[in-house]
Amino acid sequence: MTISVAMTVNGKPVSGKVEARTLLVQFLREHLGMTGTHVGCDTSQCGACVVHVDGTSVKSCTMLAVQAEGAKVTTIEGLAASADKLHPMQEAFRDNHALQCGFCTPGMVMSAIDMVKRHNYQLDETTVRHELEGNLCRCTGYHNIVKAILAAAPAMKAAGV
Amino acid sequence: MTTATGIGARVKRREDVRFLTGTGRYVDDLPLARATYAYFLRSPHAHAKIKGVDLSEAEKMPGVVAIFTGKDLAEAKVGSLICGWVVKDKHGEPHKAPPHPVLAADTVRYVGDPVVMVVANSHDEAKDAAEKIKVDYEVLPANVDLAKALDKGTAQVHAEAPGNLIYDWELGVKADVDAAFAKAAHVTKIDIVNNRLIPNAMEPRAAAAEYDKGTGHYTLWSTSQNPHVLRLILSAFVLGIPEHKLRVIAPDVGGGFGSKIFCYNEETAVCWASSRVGRPIKWTAERSESFMTDAHGRDHVTHAELALDKDGKFLALKVETIANMGAYLSTFSTAVPTYLYATLLAGQYTTPLIYANVKAAVTHTAPVDAYRGAGRPEATFVIESIVSQAAKDLKVDPAELRRKNFIPSTAFPYQTPVALQYDSGNYPPIIDEAMKIADYRGFEARRAEAKSRGKLRGIGFSSYIEACGLAPSQVIGQLGGGVGQWESAQLKFNPTGNVQVITGSHSHGQGHETTFAQIVSDKLGVPLENIEVVHGDTSTTTFGMGTYGSRSLAVGGSAIMKAADKIIAKGKKIAAHLMEASVDDVVFEDGTFKVAGTDKNVPLAQAVFAAYVPHNYPLAEIEPGMDENAFYDPANFVYPAGTQICEVEVDPDTGETQIVNFTAVDDFGNIINPMIVEGQVHGGIAQGVGQALLEHAVYDKETGQLVSGSYMDYTMPRADDVPSFKLGYKVTPCPHNPLGVKGCGEAGAIAAPAAVMNAVRDALAPLGVTHVPMPATPLSVWQLIHGASRAAAE
Repeated sequence: MTISVAMTVNGKPVSGKVEARTLLVQFLREHLGMTGTHVGCDTSQCGACVVHVDGTSVKSCTMLAVQAEGAKVTTIEGLAASADKLHPMQEAFRDNHALQCGFCTPGMVMSAIDMVKRHNYQLDETTVRHELEGNLCRCTGYHNIVKAILAAAPAMKAAGV
Repeated sequence: MTTATGIGARVKRREDVRFLTGTGRYVDDLPLARATYAYFLRSPHAHAKIKGVDLSEAEKMPGVVAIFTGKDLAEAKVGSLICGWVVKDKHGEPHKAPPHPVLAADTVRYVGDPVVMVVANSHDEAKDAAEKIKVDYEVLPANVDLAKALDKGTAQVHAEAPGNLIYDWELGVKADVDAAFAKAAHVTKIDIVNNRLIPNAMEPRAAAAEYDKGTGHYTLWSTSQNPHVLRLILSAFVLGIPEHKLRVIAPDVGGGFGSKIFCYNEETAVCWASSRVGRPIKWTAERSESFMTDAHGRDHVTHAELALDKDGKFLALKVETIANMGAYLSTFSTAVPTYLYATLLAGQYTTPLIYANVKAAVTHTAPVDAYRGAGRPEATFVIESIVSQAAKDLKVDPAELRRKNFIPSTAFPYQTPVALQYDSGNYPPIIDEAMKIADYRGFEARRAEAKSRGKLRGIGFSSYIEACGLAPSQVIGQLGGGVGQWESAQLKFNPTGNVQVITGSHSHGQGHETTFAQIVSDKLGVPLENIEVVHGDTSTTTFGMGTYGSRSLAVGGSAIMKAADKIIAKGKKIAAHLMEASVDDVVFEDGTFKVAGTDKNVPLAQAVFAAYVPHNYPLAEIEPGMDENAFYDPANFVYPAGTQICEVEVDPDTGETQIVNFTAVDDFGNIINPMIVEGQVHGGIAQGVGQALLEHAVYDKETGQLVSGSYMDYTMPRADDVPSFKLGYKVTPCPHNPLGVKGCGEAGAIAAPAAVMNAVRDALAPLGVTHVPMPATPLSVWQLIHGASRAAAE
């Protein structure tokens, strides 16, 4: 049995027919072909699949596609205006070498943006490290991810995003 | 020449934009028309006989395309997976080599051993159908506890390996070492377990395969660190598909750490079945499958003894190790606890006599193979634990004891008693720098201050040596290695002057697309934006050995330098012709061919254009085109070295250990991109900290169930488990490769476990705790603290 689902992804209306058990991340990757959002575990631990649903970071492997009916979803593909104009968080990750293999990166960036906003652009190292509890990275040892997020907070504020 | 984009510059990574915008292309991201999906039904038992497999219900499930069992593969003559390194035991006999079926047909030997492959129209349908398969198992006793694996009466894993022994191997002369011990003023002894780890690259393993009936070609996309080696194994040993009919592509790969070197069951089965099914097949591991079936790392039980004279000089080292191989011998498993372990036991020291005995055992657990550092972290943990323990025994400063025994800088090249000849190094300035950065002098004041807050503070050293860039091929062959250890490079210029750098190395996070481009830009003066690095596809790249053991820059980068030399040599001939000069008078500087003492010049791009449009060209002497290939086989390993200092605070109420300071000073030879090197060190240290404090692959000793089979149970280092790291460098260039470089990928993971554990031991020593097992989890540390205080009270 399939169910119709419709939502807005990165500003564009999308719809599809899914099984009741289809996860939001499956809908994004398999139905829409948007493979920027990754699956790194099956237990909502690693955070590679984080997207924004109505402005809040959500692990898209822990939400059914039908639960996102009518929602505004933003994925990693929807952040940059163009390859030359990255979001300040993406730019900070690049400037600070906060990514290596790139697999956890989409979820890291999406979580980090939400973190900066929730803390009203005011962050310190301890807060960033604590807030990253839900995102695993095996490559960077987090050192440069923390640096990038601390650098991005004022840049996001200045850019008004 | 140091430029903004050349050697030594902190060039931002060229691969980052695609990863940051969601446009990377990993195996699971591939759009494959008409794809089917594989799911593997796995053994729920550590050891059982398969008495029957009933597929009748599963075959009727919706969406099922095909189901294959071990019997099907055996009938199709699919070969056993192989172990590619023959280790000869102490009697000169090759190691025991039990078969490793792609799908188990008669017996399952670990929880997760694949038994049936279901192929269906979707992943969910394949999984639903697998749930309907009935496998009749006769459960047998399991051999899980490594310490007892070789005991009489323990369950046998393979008939081909009596007593569960794969080899009993030794290095060094035991009688000489025993004689030295007899004369020792002091002997320090330790018993340590190097805890078993699960690699956990963030991208789960994945494979996709497609068969082209018209041409008979197979294409296999795999999360591989070394696609050519995977193709060679599949072609020559397992599937019999000729190499020229099998294309292996390793596209963007989300981390490897060793675990993606090996040839695995699933990619083999998917590739084989693609021609039977007639549609592409995709498989991606769920994380629980990664936990169960990615080759695990470490897992040694070791007794070691160090003999010292009255002045604290090391006289001899004796090491006895049992190494876990798991249920089957993975691709390079046999080499890890022998040639990558015992040969490193000299460390940074002049210990004149060393004897190591390693017994490799099979158990009913997942296969164990190389994991970041591979043998070298295990060796470093032994040496640096026993040296720090000796310092405690003798009540001398651990830095002083190390310094007293360091190989002096004047002694290089230095022949160790364990086969390796270190090419270069200068260790005292490294430890000096580390102590300065870590403010070692101020430590006792910090310890006292921590005590006033009720915290136990400790400091630990780890001075490591690493041998990386395995080489030369002839020596590796003599030691039983089944492959060459060179690397290939091709510089393929296009007529308009841009260039493809085709490398046999593979990047899965290391940033080769940036580092290798910097080398070419520096050497040939080509702007970075005109350089494209190509890797990971057997059809578009020359045969290469891939990436592991911190080899890519030292070996692959050197191959690029060789190819660039050929470009310059050919360019000189073209330029000499164009300038009507003698080749001997032509020099190459800043990307331009010049005649010394004149203003005549030909930029490289002009020479390249002339090579492709050879209207005015010395065709009688040289061929058209500008496309040069090189293979580089190193003269020796490279030997990075360094010292890490870790400072911890232990909370006696909770047993929790917090790392409050972490310093690493390394000698990686010349550095191409410091930003990327720092990232490698950070990541390595975090993995080493994980091993020391958090990570432990635990099997139930009776049933062989993997207890730590998810991120809920296996503690990965998270951002608040590690501090920001303080790094420093010293440089002694490698004397035998053209870049003067050494490897940096594994250093952090090699040294950190001993640095952290020595710090924890130091923190607990005032309580009388003498033995701290790794990982030093809050539970075990709390028990040690409270056991010690109870003992003190009694």
